[in-house]
Amino acid sequence: MADGTTGAAASGVPARRAATRGGALHRMARRRSTIAVMMCLPLFALIAGLVVYPFFYSIYLSMLSREMDRFIGLFNYEYLLTSDTFHLVVFQSCLFAITAVFFKALIGFILAHVMHNISGRDQRVWRGLLLVPWVIPPALSTLGWWWMIAGSYSAVNWFLQLVGLHPVAWLAITGWARFWVIVVNVWFGTPFFMIMYLATLKSVPEQLYEAAAIDGATGLQKIRYISLPLLRNIISITVLFSLIVTFANFDIVEILTAGAPANSTQVFATYAFQVGIGSGNIPMGAAVSLFIFPILAIFAIFILRGVNRRAKEAI
Amino acid sequence: MKASTKSPRLTRRDALKAGAAAAALPLVHVQTASAAGSLKLAFWDHWVPAANPVMKKLVAEWGKKNHVDVTLDLLSSGAANSKLPLTQAAEALSGTGHDVMAFATWDVQHYHQHLAPMDDVVGGLIKQYGPMDPVAEYLAKVKGHWMALPTSIGSQYKPTCARISFFKSQGVDVEKWYPAKPGNASTAAAWTYDELLKLAPAAKKAGMPYGLGLGQTTDSVDWTGAVLRAFGGELVDAKGDIKVKSDAMKECLEYFQKLVPSLPDDTVSYNDASNNRALISGKGALIFNPPSAWWVARRDAIKVAEDCWTFPNPTGPKGKFVPYLPYFWGVWKFSRNQSAAKELLSWLQQRDRVQELCNASSGYDIPPILSMHDFKVWETEKPPLGTLYNYPLRPWHDATTNVSAAPAPAHIATQIYSNATFNVMITKLAKNKQSMKEVLDWAEREINGYINM
Repeated sequence: MADGTTGAAASGVPARRAATRGGALHRMARRRSTIAVMMCLPLFALIAGLVVYPFFYSIYLSMLSREMDRFIGLFNYEYLLTSDTFHLVVFQSCLFAITAVFFKALIGFILAHVMHNISGRDQRVWRGLLLVPWVIPPALSTLGWWWMIAGSYSAVNWFLQLVGLHPVAWLAITGWARFWVIVVNVWFGTPFFMIMYLATLKSVPEQLYEAAAIDGATGLQKIRYISLPLLRNIISITVLFSLIVTFANFDIVEILTAGAPANSTQVFATYAFQVGIGSGNIPMGAAVSLFIFPILAIFAIFILRGVNRRAKEAI
Repeated sequence: MKASTKSPRLTRRDALKAGAAAAALPLVHVQTASAAGSLKLAFWDHWVPAANPVMKKLVAEWGKKNHVDVTLDLLSSGAANSKLPLTQAAEALSGTGHDVMAFATWDVQHYHQHLAPMDDVVGGLIKQYGPMDPVAEYLAKVKGHWMALPTSIGSQYKPTCARISFFKSQGVDVEKWYPAKPGNASTAAAWTYDELLKLAPAAKKAGMPYGLGLGQTTDSVDWTGAVLRAFGGELVDAKGDIKVKSDAMKECLEYFQKLVPSLPDDTVSYNDASNNRALISGKGALIFNPPSAWWVARRDAIKVAEDCWTFPNPTGPKGKFVPYLPYFWGVWKFSRNQSAAKELLSWLQQRDRVQELCNASSGYDIPPILSMHDFKVWETEKPPLGTLYNYPLRPWHDATTNVSAAPAPAHIATQIYSNATFNVMITKLAKNKQSMKEVLDWAEREINGYINM
């Protein structure tokens, strides 16, 4: 530094130029926007490394041949669009995710209101108990469900026989198998919705409900005209978030049915694993996974557009 | 003192010499295991608890003897815990990781382009001990080269494990069919798929339906594949031609239509634990499985274990086929210590070591080298004494090993296997009541897709 300064001073004009350049750099570095960008750089690097690169790599991967030695363009996608099994996978994935998210949101909404109306210590106890399904690793809890409902030796069938009813092969009948994978997902995911809605409800001014009560509003009317409008944004965000997670669900289906009977419970993630790892066709597995992307993008566009619109209206 | 402070002068010639020597160092290093170095192994985490310590002991023994620093990781493989296949995929794509990797049934075919040929190791073992099982050869060879070494660890047959008392109640003595001593095929001539079908309603009526699954996991896929071969059927032949609409296929599917009503109501949703539960709970007259279920029964339900007898699968119109799922050890191409890795693997597959490992697994492991099927462990395991005698194939069993979807070219067969195509066909026909034509058309379309992939 000392050498540099001496050198610049000795050369006259270049020294002034250097000082000006140094001053501009110094000013730029001190600008708040520059500092903000610099501070965000680690985050950008993380997103680039963990989101952008894997995303584009998986697109590239999905365009390779089975042996990953040839570029085959969109062939894997073309094949999937003509496959009967994949059509079933798309149908089941949509049925599974949309139904499960709907019921998680509905039950979470009801539970949040019930919780909101329980006071003090009791609420903490119930809240803790209702969060239990969400904190147990899903692979373990699904195994527990499997023991309860799997065919010949299940607790549920034992109970049915105890009360004189016939046992049911719950996971061997298409309708019932689909029903149970959804039930387990709802059981696991509802506490998330409940806790999000409860947190929002707690921020709603109590005076609004009191004013409505003075005006003679019923409980349902309070929900319809006060809770729902105030919860709309959080409902949208949680639904979107849950749709993303539910569409990518793997463990529940894999453990409960492994896609049986006859692929009728197969979803994107389990089918991608079966094709990619089980059959050793990683490019095809990547193509299956990427089919979730446009479906989720459509949901995201509609849901986030609604959130933005409401945010602008609020301003 | 003065001389020591002066740094020696390094000429360009010296630098080049040093560089060449440094570059040659890794080559020297892999010439022999005695040159030491390190090895990282990823082996299958054996489900029989006593087997892993023996493997660790053997590996440590070899490492010490050869001055090689060996690290052994045991990775699980199963429906809910697939560390092994995921690690294989990650290491193959990244080109880094362990030197030696264990591979299950089809995995050698999935990753062969990343593996170092093992012709020298396998050839040496064949010269020493005789031929390998043909299924192991089908799964490990690519374009005439052994790309992995078939190993005993985790390799398994899936023969019949039957309840002696149930069969006795039907007038059949399974211990006479397959005695715990050298016999001949004629004693078991009655053990056919017709017999299996004939006894099925009685088993269901007795509250002990066969614990046979038609789900989409390996146990279900393996036994149905053996039935199909026994009827002479194939989904795709060795040349890669689709054979879905053959008479043998139709005959086999019709057989399943008759059998399915006598199987458990939840048969189409069976996973790899369901058949074990059927046997261990005492509610299943037979299963097609390695002795793992019997082994757990010995621990948890001794009365059931005492009533179990293991013997080959039934005979069909075209022969007797026993499902065989071998494991393999492969050396990644990126390994820097390939010769040491090969030496270790060859050493582990010497008869004494294989026998020690088989003993530790209570006879669960089946050596791929056929001459090693005479270990004492299968004679001495009990109760009842000799229950596993007929678990390894004996020459007089007149049986052939089989992996479902064989003999199709491996890249097609692996898809048929992992998608459980034949089991889906059976489910569609026997449970979903679709017509034979609909089912065969569906299978043809599916397999056409596999071929074109």
